[in-house]
Amino acid sequence: MILIIQCCREKLHYFEFVKPIEDVLKKNEKLFESVHYRCVNKKVVSKADKIIISGTSLKDNFFLQDLECFSWLKKFDKPVLGICAGMHILGLLFNGSLKEKTEIGLNNVFFEKEFLGLKNTVECYELHNFYVESSEFEGFARSKDCLQAVKHRYKPFYGVLFHPEVRNKELLEVFASL
Amino acid sequence: MRCAALFSGGKDSTYAVFLAIEYGYDVSCLVSIVSENLDSYMFHTPSISEVKKQSEVMGIPLLVQETRGVKEEELKDLKNVIERAKVDFDVEGVITGSVESAYQASRVQRICNELGLECFNPLWQKDQLELLQDIVRNHFDVIVTSVSAYPLNRSWLGRKIDEKFIHDVEDLYSRFGINPAGEGGEFETFVLWCPLFGRSLTVVDEQVSGRNNSWRMEIKVI
Repeated sequence: MILIIQCCREKLHYFEFVKPIEDVLKKNEKLFESVHYRCVNKKVVSKADKIIISGTSLKDNFFLQDLECFSWLKKFDKPVLGICAGMHILGLLFNGSLKEKTEIGLNNVFFEKEFLGLKNTVECYELHNFYVESSEFEGFARSKDCLQAVKHRYKPFYGVLFHPEVRNKELLEVFASL
Repeated sequence: MRCAALFSGGKDSTYAVFLAIEYGYDVSCLVSIVSENLDSYMFHTPSISEVKKQSEVMGIPLLVQETRGVKEEELKDLKNVIERAKVDFDVEGVITGSVESAYQASRVQRICNELGLECFNPLWQKDQLELLQDIVRNHFDVIVTSVSAYPLNRSWLGRKIDEKFIHDVEDLYSRFGINPAGEGGEFETFVLWCPLFGRSLTVVDEQVSGRNNSWRMEIKVI
């Protein structure tokens, strides 16, 4: 089962940031369960083979005040994909820092190495006011302005700043099949 | 949360308002852009003047902004009217019916970000057949008011979105790549009734113009 951890404060944002991920998994006949980060418990984590942490809206930074709700991830050893806010969370859990940079809409991302099926230059959908940098992650791709795709140096933890549930849905399919 | 909804009177913006209200949001006003440019990149235009009647039967105030419809300049007009909604109706968020267009969605996101407003796109990336099915399941009465793609023609004007319609657009999708919900601008719609309306609207006049695969029907409703 793939556990989708929802980061949205506003329930209407489920449709924008979580349902498109669910739709990709459904289409690929992958079992999944979606849970808000404040409702994650040991039982649901124990059933998860992989985890996807969703993004949220530009104005929603409430998850940053709740980072302790994600601290259990440090001991998790199965694949995790953080999308936008999810990437921020992974970076911050591993001693990273947030930096301001706004990118909204379609944008070219340059992959130095293949990353979950994406390589070379790929047009991606962006929706962020911040990005994260952590020395515990290796960079795989950048836009003109900032880091876009990372992987933890030792754990199977991946982060993307862009939104693969909008463009490049195949990245989610590759992650789901790891 | 008090929200303004970008509202064209078509199926997507109306269904987005419906979902927002279902989820407990206070849709304090509707915002419509009337564009002089019938081929606007941003705004749905057929029968936009009749949105006032929809606002009345929903009991939600309407803010109207006129624009010349020049690319990018129309965004300033959109920003102005959203700012007006923020001041006059004290809204904290904006709801849109964007489904697939990164062009439209990212421009509204930018405006909301600049104005410090939440931006809600509850139909974002929704499967287009699923969207049509949801609209039918929720008993929306929706008609086609314009078409602009082969092999759609005049006979599609005024058609209701129902099971037969879904079957037909599914067929056109497989044969011609027509987006089932008209996301590529293949057709535009007008909502005559949905569960948010106090009563149904009735078409009392139709002015049809066009040729080949590009037709529009300006309607008057009461």
